[in-house]
Amino acid sequence: MDKATVNNIAKLARIKVSDAETESLAGELTNIFDWIEQLNEVNTDNVEPMTSVVAMAMPSRVDEVNDGDDAERVLKNAPDRPADGSSFYAVPKVVE
Amino acid sequence: MPTVNNALTDLTIAAARDGLDKGDFTSKELTEAHIAAVEAARDLNAFITETPELALKRAKASDERRAKGKAASGMDGIPIAVKDLYCTEGVETTAGSHILGGFTPPYESTVTQNLRDAGAVMLGKTNMDEFAMGSANITSYHGNVINPWKLDDGKDRVPGGSSGGSAAAVAGHLALGGAGSDTGGSIRQPASFSGIVGMKPTYGRCSRWGMVAFASSLDQAGPMTRSVEDAAIMLQSMVSYDAKDSTSVDQPIPDFAAALTGDIKGLKVGVPKEYRLDGMPGEIETLWQQGIDWLKDAGAEPVEISLPHTKYALPTYYIVAPAEASSNLARYDGVRYGLRVPGDSLDEMYENTRGEGFGAEVRRRIMIGTYVLSAGYYDAYYVKAMKLRTLILQEFQQAFEGVDVMLTPTAPSPAFAIGEKMDDPVQMYLNDVFTVPASMAGLPAISVPGGLSDEGLPLGLHLITKPFDEETLFRVGGVLEEAANFTAQPSYLGGAS
Amino acid sequence: MSYLIEGETGDWEVVIGLEVHAQIVSKAKLFSGAATDFGAEPNSQVSLVDAAMPGMLPVINEVCIEQAVRTGLGLNAKINLHSVFERKNYFYPDLPQGYQISQFLEPIVGEGIITLDMPEGPREIGVERLHMEQDAGKSLHDQDPKRTFIDLNRSGVALMEIVSKPDLRSPAEAGAYMRKLRAIVRYLGTCDGNMEQGSLRCDANVSVRPTGEKELRTRAEIKNINSVRFVMAAIEYEAERQVEVYEDGGNVVQETRLYDANKGETRSMRSKEEAHDYRYFPDPDLLPIDLTQDFVDQIKATLPELPDAKKQRFIDDYGLAIDDAATLVADKETADYFEAVAKAGDAKLAANWVIHELFAVLNKASLSIAESPVSSDDLGKLVGLISDDTISGRIAKDVFEVMVTEGGDPADIVEDKGLKQITDTGEIEAMIDALIADNPEQAQQYRDGNTKVTGWFVGQIMKASEGKANPQMVNELLKKKLG
Ligand SMILES: [Mg+2]
Ligand SMILES: [Zn+2]
Repeated sequence: MDKATVNNIAKLARIKVSDAETESLAGELTNIFDWIEQLNEVNTDNVEPMTSVVAMAMPSRVDEVNDGDDAERVLKNAPDRPADGSSFYAVPKVVE
Repeated sequence: MPTVNNALTDLTIAAARDGLDKGDFTSKELTEAHIAAVEAARDLNAFITETPELALKRAKASDERRAKGKAASGMDGIPIAVKDLYCTEGVETTAGSHILGGFTPPYESTVTQNLRDAGAVMLGKTNMDEFAMGSANITSYHGNVINPWKLDDGKDRVPGGSSGGSAAAVAGHLALGGAGSDTGGSIRQPASFSGIVGMKPTYGRCSRWGMVAFASSLDQAGPMTRSVEDAAIMLQSMVSYDAKDSTSVDQPIPDFAAALTGDIKGLKVGVPKEYRLDGMPGEIETLWQQGIDWLKDAGAEPVEISLPHTKYALPTYYIVAPAEASSNLARYDGVRYGLRVPGDSLDEMYENTRGEGFGAEVRRRIMIGTYVLSAGYYDAYYVKAMKLRTLILQEFQQAFEGVDVMLTPTAPSPAFAIGEKMDDPVQMYLNDVFTVPASMAGLPAISVPGGLSDEGLPLGLHLITKPFDEETLFRVGGVLEEAANFTAQPSYLGGAS
Repeated sequence: MSYLIEGETGDWEVVIGLEVHAQIVSKAKLFSGAATDFGAEPNSQVSLVDAAMPGMLPVINEVCIEQAVRTGLGLNAKINLHSVFERKNYFYPDLPQGYQISQFLEPIVGEGIITLDMPEGPREIGVERLHMEQDAGKSLHDQDPKRTFIDLNRSGVALMEIVSKPDLRSPAEAGAYMRKLRAIVRYLGTCDGNMEQGSLRCDANVSVRPTGEKELRTRAEIKNINSVRFVMAAIEYEAERQVEVYEDGGNVVQETRLYDANKGETRSMRSKEEAHDYRYFPDPDLLPIDLTQDFVDQIKATLPELPDAKKQRFIDDYGLAIDDAATLVADKETADYFEAVAKAGDAKLAANWVIHELFAVLNKASLSIAESPVSSDDLGKLVGLISDDTISGRIAKDVFEVMVTEGGDPADIVEDKGLKQITDTGEIEAMIDALIADNPEQAQQYRDGNTKVTGWFVGQIMKASEGKANPQMVNELLKKKLG
């Protein structure tokens, strides 16, 4: 795994990594993936990928409104909000 | 510094419950003793947030219930430590991460709510590897946790991880029990390193609602205690079917403590030969054989079994868990809660927040997870891993047609010194080599202290059973515990060393 | 049928595929118990799950599954008994989880068909798939000079994404497809079809190729178009733009474009289109959806009559013309209204009145059929008065006018205003006799073989009777008297 790949993944994951860290990450990840390569010893051609450890049907909820209706509850930990206290989250301006 | 009443902090949950029932002491006294122990033991760094006032309030309520003859459960009035992974209403919850700094949930996780309803008294939120990613409790933003087991070489040892804070709190007699969480061994491995009992129930037994997610298909809550019986009592107050968790399983809940009959005659104990690793320390091998002999002496029948794919469980885990984590941790973006590090643009804000907010190990695992899911690699890694998971599960299912329980070591080594195994992630990952296979298959498992290493550090024995057969786990665990008669104590107890 | 763009190098064909996002009609969201009502206070319909608080987990709303299956059945599509929710991972502030729970490799509904009533005849358009997914929140970019505000009320609302095959060949077909799809989901009650409120949004994939070329060329995706008119305009603009690009020697790039309704043009959304890598994988917080055939059959048994079937019935049972039937079934309320009017007897007459007189009134006042000032009962009565010869069609228009402006029972209006048709033979004969006597020249012309003059006589009689004389009787009696 090279530095360019590391940078690409970091970008996808929205994680800022320094140049020095890119270098060391490239090495570490290479080692980890070399170790993971041993999985190729196993022939899995006719094996179904596991969908769930629990053997049961998916439960569902009834269509009923029983949540929400409390903007403060979801906003109270917000790092930034409009100055007028209105019930929005605020983020740096997004240009489309 | 208040003095610690060791007579109270040295109790088991069962003994404390009996003492409370008999009126030998109150929950308030019990709680005060533990609050004092927590304060005295701050250099272990076992807690991120102490909640003494809350604890005393709940202890008082417990005493009032008991006075009316209305104790809620065997846990009523019992002081416990709660891993900082559980969202707790009105109490800061960080999951050991900078990125959740200041986050105070307006809600209580199902498991901690169950414990609250059972009357348990939360002493505080315990330290942990950041987002439960680690096996040594050295990745927390809040610093390393120190194992109460100390040798006279002057080195501090890790308590194991990721539930290292809860392990240290229980081992060091700062709490009678601890709520941990186990993704690949995060309850069992620190239990082994700290000389306590750590139990992971069947995936789906405990609700994951309100637990900060690491790897959704693996995360399970469980108890950490100083006896097998205590683990059964505490688990009883943690489990429930929860309609808010789609992976919660609606199964009858047995009386776990009642399963500790001591009778394991005729039980078939599988000993998987593939767990005999190359280069495994002799002391681990010896303890394992000892464990087999103990169970045999108690009337069980050891059977050698083969789990050929078990050796692939760990590398498989290092695809599945990081993949799920990379997605689960995407919500920590500085928008709605927790840390925000400003940036000129939205993307810069994201990158700064997540770059600074996550520690090195979490960043590394998010990178692994992002990579294995990315275009062109998904089939080679993620799909491959899920196929291996099928094989591992099938293999366990087949093996359990012939045996009732499996016995293995919990960890390949005793606790190591802080600073060791740090430079090579893969070496660190190998700590979970014995615990991960059961996690991959969602099976219940327990670590019971078996003895001491040559140097004098605790070593655990590990039992695995079929899905929802926790009763067998406790029964065999109880027999193992009695045979091992593990009475050694860490040098650091209840704040007195 | 063939819509072609004439370029300098020859004719170009347009290839269009539509991805329609239809909000599922449900009280609560797809995976949480928060409400879905439109226009609520910001962040007032947000559960802890929708805000992606730590440790929150999704639990599927059973009605959303039913609605998706119902829609699939309405599209004559294959229902997949096994389907899987996956996570589509990307970062955006109105996507709190950092992923959208969607379906990818295994959607709940597979291939289906939508039949369009085009002027040239019916056209079958393939549906590729239908899957369920979560809606995102709303970003408000214009509230603050430096910041974007986020409202999560829509976050987690259940959507169906309905993807067509690239079978559409003109803006008109795309428009007809949208209208038909809208009609179907509204008939089914699975989506309210309200495009202004965003309940139905459309992404259009557009490419062009020289006529005769078999391969598909690079497509551009025009995002989030919220009216049928804009869909057609955006496609037309985009197709012409692409032709120009090719003819100028350039190449169309695969990109996301926005339709600017004010300027009537599409523009690239990001100057440097970032390569997306959504890293789909099955959501480990959920299990696969496994349906029984029985469950599907039960839903099938409760399906309402859909537009195509209704149209055929209108043609067969009421003898309506295809066009009229198609117009009446375009929405269910209109079809129901028509059927109530038709109960009066003459269905063709009823259809005429609904399509011409009523629609004119509604269009002029921008009213929906539900807001019609004239009830279907009253219009039925009016049609009845025409068919039993109580009033003539001509008088009926006056009565209708009164019904629209003042309201009231048509029989009463006729009675009050003395508009009853004159069907007394003697009375009409007397009027004709007088007319012939006063106009011997015109009578002579008729006798000389110029039968066209009959029209003039009828007109005069109708005028004299203030439109009340029964025109048929006037005609017959005139022939007798003149001949
Ligand atoms: Mg799409
Ligand atoms: Zn979509």
